[in-house]
Amino acid sequence: MIKYFFKAFSIALISISLTLISAVSFAATDVRIMWYGDGDKENVPMQAQIDAFNAANPDINVILDIVPYDAIMNTLPIQLAAGEGPDIARVTDLGGLNKYYADITAHVADPSYYEKSFGPFLNWYRKSGDTTSIHGFHSTMTVTGPYVNKTLFEQAGVDLLGPGATWEEWAAVANEVAGKVGAPIPMAWDRSGHRVSGPAISMGAKYFDSNGDPKLVDDGLKSMTQMLYDWHQDGTMSKDLWGSVSGTKYHAPNDWWNAAEVVFMMSGSWQIGRFANEVGDDFDWWAVPAPCGPAACTGMPGGNALLAFTANDAVGKVMDYLSSKEKLSEFIGQVLAIPGHLDLQVDYQTDDPNAKHALNTFAGAVPTIDQVAFDLQAHVDNRIMFNAIISRLGQAIVGEMTMEEAWTRMDEDVEKQLKEKYGG
Amino acid sequence: MKNTRNQIKSFFIRILNIPFAFFMHAIDLIMWPIQKIIGVRNMPYIFLLPNLIFFGLFVIIPLGANIFFSLSSGDELLFAERELPTTKQYDELLTCDNYLNPNTCTEDFFWRGVYNTIFFVFFQVGLMIFFSVLTAVILNKNIIGRGFFRSVFFFPVLLSPVVVGLIWQWILLKNGAFNAVIESYGGNKVSFLTDPSWAMASVIFVSIWAHMGFYTLIVLAGLQAIPPNLYEAAEMDGTSRERIFFRITLPLLMPNLLVVFILASIKGVQTFDEIYVLTGGGPGTSTSLIVQYIFTTGFASSGSVQNFGLAAAASMILGVVLLILTLMQLYFSRNKESKHQEI
Repeated sequence: MIKYFFKAFSIALISISLTLISAVSFAATDVRIMWYGDGDKENVPMQAQIDAFNAANPDINVILDIVPYDAIMNTLPIQLAAGEGPDIARVTDLGGLNKYYADITAHVADPSYYEKSFGPFLNWYRKSGDTTSIHGFHSTMTVTGPYVNKTLFEQAGVDLLGPGATWEEWAAVANEVAGKVGAPIPMAWDRSGHRVSGPAISMGAKYFDSNGDPKLVDDGLKSMTQMLYDWHQDGTMSKDLWGSVSGTKYHAPNDWWNAAEVVFMMSGSWQIGRFANEVGDDFDWWAVPAPCGPAACTGMPGGNALLAFTANDAVGKVMDYLSSKEKLSEFIGQVLAIPGHLDLQVDYQTDDPNAKHALNTFAGAVPTIDQVAFDLQAHVDNRIMFNAIISRLGQAIVGEMTMEEAWTRMDEDVEKQLKEKYGG
Repeated sequence: MKNTRNQIKSFFIRILNIPFAFFMHAIDLIMWPIQKIIGVRNMPYIFLLPNLIFFGLFVIIPLGANIFFSLSSGDELLFAERELPTTKQYDELLTCDNYLNPNTCTEDFFWRGVYNTIFFVFFQVGLMIFFSVLTAVILNKNIIGRGFFRSVFFFPVLLSPVVVGLIWQWILLKNGAFNAVIESYGGNKVSFLTDPSWAMASVIFVSIWAHMGFYTLIVLAGLQAIPPNLYEAAEMDGTSRERIFFRITLPLLMPNLLVVFILASIKGVQTFDEIYVLTGGGPGTSTSLIVQYIFTTGFASSGSVQNFGLAAAASMILGVVLLILTLMQLYFSRNKESKHQEI
């Protein structure tokens, strides 16, 4: 009896073990992607691509965690610092998180494809001195620049300015149009240091000293920030916009723009899809070339990248799939963005003439981007500088400090943060 | 008939008791040997143990971690990677040329948070006590729909602070409901949330609206505890209403008002979420309170260095303030209890 019992027990044990082993061996590998998207316009196409990948690769289970942009900026760094976080994330602070990126060179099918297709951008993710690692790819490239409400210009009988027009000239015509048609806000900007930086470089800001170390405040930055301060005081820009948040918080004037209350809006190419969707036929909007200063007529480059925090074959396969010409072209065509891929033919899926015009304008602006702007975008600590600009300028605008005090504080903030980060 | 019903009832009770009996026996199986070892007198500690473990995990250990962070520097989160020991964070927070002018302080955002918090607590608590007493006195009278109004005043307390923030944002925005009403009467729009001279007043108002119900309830309980014969005697003496209020109601409400004062002050110092939703701390830093400073410095730096040490040091300072307020509350509530016992 006992013999039979042991026999039965052994068979049961072996069966259970085999079942468990086979379940483990055939379990799909999970790959989590932390993704922020500009609404369904971006989320739906990405989810569709992920679903297609999952269907074709039963051994890999890609999970797309759609999060707000704030989570990418504030939650992701904390998760990574605690040793947690997703396998892949869509990131905009490209250099700032580089200590957490994983090198997936050994796990992608053809590393040379990444070099060939995304070459200049790969350095934006790499640590200083590293020239070979592959961490991911640029999902979309962005360029900052202004839009105008063309319908308001037409109603006011004022001609749009052409390439070479200065910031002062644009401010003057925006005020003229607003005055004639009764628009409440002649000019509105995204509340972001990144947005201020292109125009500041146009005014002569250099951002770095002769050794290449951050040196924020100079005459160029002073000119641009003083201009922004003055525009807030004389009503060219509304205090309601930048005043609605505090510190380094990003804020876009889309609500006012969509309501046709803004004549001139400084933002960037990522708004094209959104405007096409939200503005629709309400009014004509055009992207116009970056206004000029004495030093340049430049916007800031930027964009977002899908970057890996885990290096394994599954992550490599997902990256290969999403960065392939076919998938990237499909995605860019749907979301109406500028590709970060250097050799991509995109069939934009829109009939909107405003969107088409804006895409041409921003794509045409890429070659005119100043080298300082590229260097700044590639710098690992650029966010520290962007944040110092926006938080202190915001305080000066509402009267908490003078512009002189704000400039002093901007430099102090950068110095203090770099000390905290690198010691000393 | 009644007897049969009782028999059925007791049968079901016995059936239902079986799992409880099993459960109690199972507990006994564990507790009996423990009691044998540590003795009956020490058994309360065993019963407290689960709570103490949770308290330790979620309060004591984080407190220790916070002290550690406040005395170490760097932008790393892991203990082993941080530089120890340093008082740098406290030096940075407390260094000012002139403490009355935040612009002269090394960490001016912290001091702006401190001054804004003091201003906010002073007016929010003061006005809230005033309106709570006023409302409680009215709700204590025999008015029509008294129960309904009591619920109405308490209702905002049940709302999440984020909901409160969003509701009032929709009302107070420049393109919001309130400005639409002002405009419809021919007035000019007011930037309630984005004009520095209006923003703090707006957040104080919203905060009072959101929390007043709770304190009204405490004051109402105090009013109902006042013996009615005192009022009857005063009325028979022909005492005026004002005199009754200031000579009877207010003095007898004082212990309750002290509790309200301390509780509202503690809550006021901790205020964060509804203001963060309502104004984001802006315009500039005009509604940014100390908790927002801690949150932004440690966790919401938008790409800047996440200065956990500075945030931890600021929260230690805030902790000391809250500790003082809590001790005050304990002192006054004990004082109140001993007075009651004397009576």
